[in-house]
Amino acid sequence: MRRIYLDHAATTPTHPEVVKAMLPYFTGAFGNPSSIYSYGQEARAVIEEARAKVAELIYARSEEIVFTSGGTEADNFALEGIAYANEHKGNHIITTSIEHHAVLEACKFLERRGFRITYLPVDGYGLVDPQAVKKAITTKTILISVMHANNEVGTIEPIGEISKIAREVGICFHTDAVQTVGHIPVNVDELGVDMLSVSAHKFYGPKGVGALYIRKGTRLVPFMHGGEQEKRRRAGTENVPAIVGFGRAAELARQEMSKEAERLTNLRDKLIKGLLEQIDHIRLNGHPTKRLPNNVNVSVDFVEGESMLLNLDLEGICASTGSACSSSSLEPSHVLLALGLSPEQAHGSLRFSLGKENTEEDMGRVLKVLPGIVAKLRAMSPLLKTPRTVKGGPPLNPPYLAKDDRKG
Amino acid sequence: MPGVWSLYSEKVMEHFKNPRNVGEMENPDGIGHVGNPVCGDIMELYIKVNDGTIIDAKFKTFGCGAAIATSSMVTEMVKGKSIEEALKISNRTVAEALDGLPPIKMHCSVLAEEALKSAIEDYLRKSKKEG
Repeated sequence: MRRIYLDHAATTPTHPEVVKAMLPYFTGAFGNPSSIYSYGQEARAVIEEARAKVAELIYARSEEIVFTSGGTEADNFALEGIAYANEHKGNHIITTSIEHHAVLEACKFLERRGFRITYLPVDGYGLVDPQAVKKAITTKTILISVMHANNEVGTIEPIGEISKIAREVGICFHTDAVQTVGHIPVNVDELGVDMLSVSAHKFYGPKGVGALYIRKGTRLVPFMHGGEQEKRRRAGTENVPAIVGFGRAAELARQEMSKEAERLTNLRDKLIKGLLEQIDHIRLNGHPTKRLPNNVNVSVDFVEGESMLLNLDLEGICASTGSACSSSSLEPSHVLLALGLSPEQAHGSLRFSLGKENTEEDMGRVLKVLPGIVAKLRAMSPLLKTPRTVKGGPPLNPPYLAKDDRKG
Repeated sequence: MPGVWSLYSEKVMEHFKNPRNVGEMENPDGIGHVGNPVCGDIMELYIKVNDGTIIDAKFKTFGCGAAIATSSMVTEMVKGKSIEEALKISNRTVAEALDGLPPIKMHCSVLAEEALKSAIEDYLRKSKKEG
């Protein structure tokens, strides 16, 4: 059975060209970029080449790119770096309720240290209202952080509009662009951001490397303390092979992105259409058009996500869910709840995130097996008395009522 | 190869793939209903009792792989047992019968135990009323 990987929002396979570019820097040119002999200087030179390629991908200047260990470090660095650099000015940060945990947990960390955080709500599509950002600004606000596109539901936020508001009042603006860079055009000037987080492994680069774009003139307190690497903004010996791979991935993305985005959008819409047509009581989560080219997220009523995933895995299909039966909290995705979904709907969510290797045939395979899986699970669901998957036929019995509602 | 690196034991996957005793029961002697939508697991367990012995058990479950497998296993375990014996079934014995569960999924076995206890309590309450 051929495996169909549909979880590219989690991670992507490293491009063979990227691996090829990295290999010489493990054993041959392995020198420490801080060393003055030629081995070290070669490593330093290739880091600068990679930096230029990453900068080019997001229309930034090389010196505005700081390499990190990935998206999480970039987010943590941006938030904590700005917070501690501006403590004397204020203690208020504005963010949204649908951010990645790398932002939300950094906010909670800062909250415990005396900072005040506003978590803005989103509408039913997952969109942040720029006017709500404006209203939340106080004289104490030092940072606004809104993600470029959401990793779970794929909604693309109006970053340009929000940054305009931030600029008018001179507040630093950060965006987590981990899901967009390498997939859709990202231009730091058009977006109007002061900081932007990138992760390499989300677009066919290696894991363990990312970057924070820091607009010239933005002052941050360093997140890592030690040597003088990255112009004292990020201590620690540079991960040379990974940085080289990151650069190569950025280069490839620049070449392939626009065609690939068009191809994936087409596949995405076919899959969405097929799912909505073939399965009863299913909804699309996220915005229908302001959406990442590779993201499909649906909630299937009356069934739970992990049990759908396990069944898909038995069919060789890898996907993801907002159900959190494996997490310690047991609470479903904070993103889906913020969109206004009920806990049952959030637990019944499935995310398919498409990538390079996927074909129309793969979409067909999902559409072929999922209705059967849903039917099997609905037959054992206590939320439903008349299991049915295919559209048409008699109306479904009202869904199960929670215990407290079962009166009379 | 899917399934080789499974989160679950082979036995859990076997019960997940081919769950035993699925469905509603007509005129059950006891119904257990536990769980809640927030944590994503809801179990309904039905028992038929004759002369103090559980002669049949069925279930309906909304939940993850472990929730489905533990429901299936607990309905298998109670069949033919007396009420007293059935009350001794704990979440640990259900999990052990499935060759263990990942620690994070032990709450599913607790749910299975609670569903069974709740069905038995329902039966005892009803039989008291009738008697």
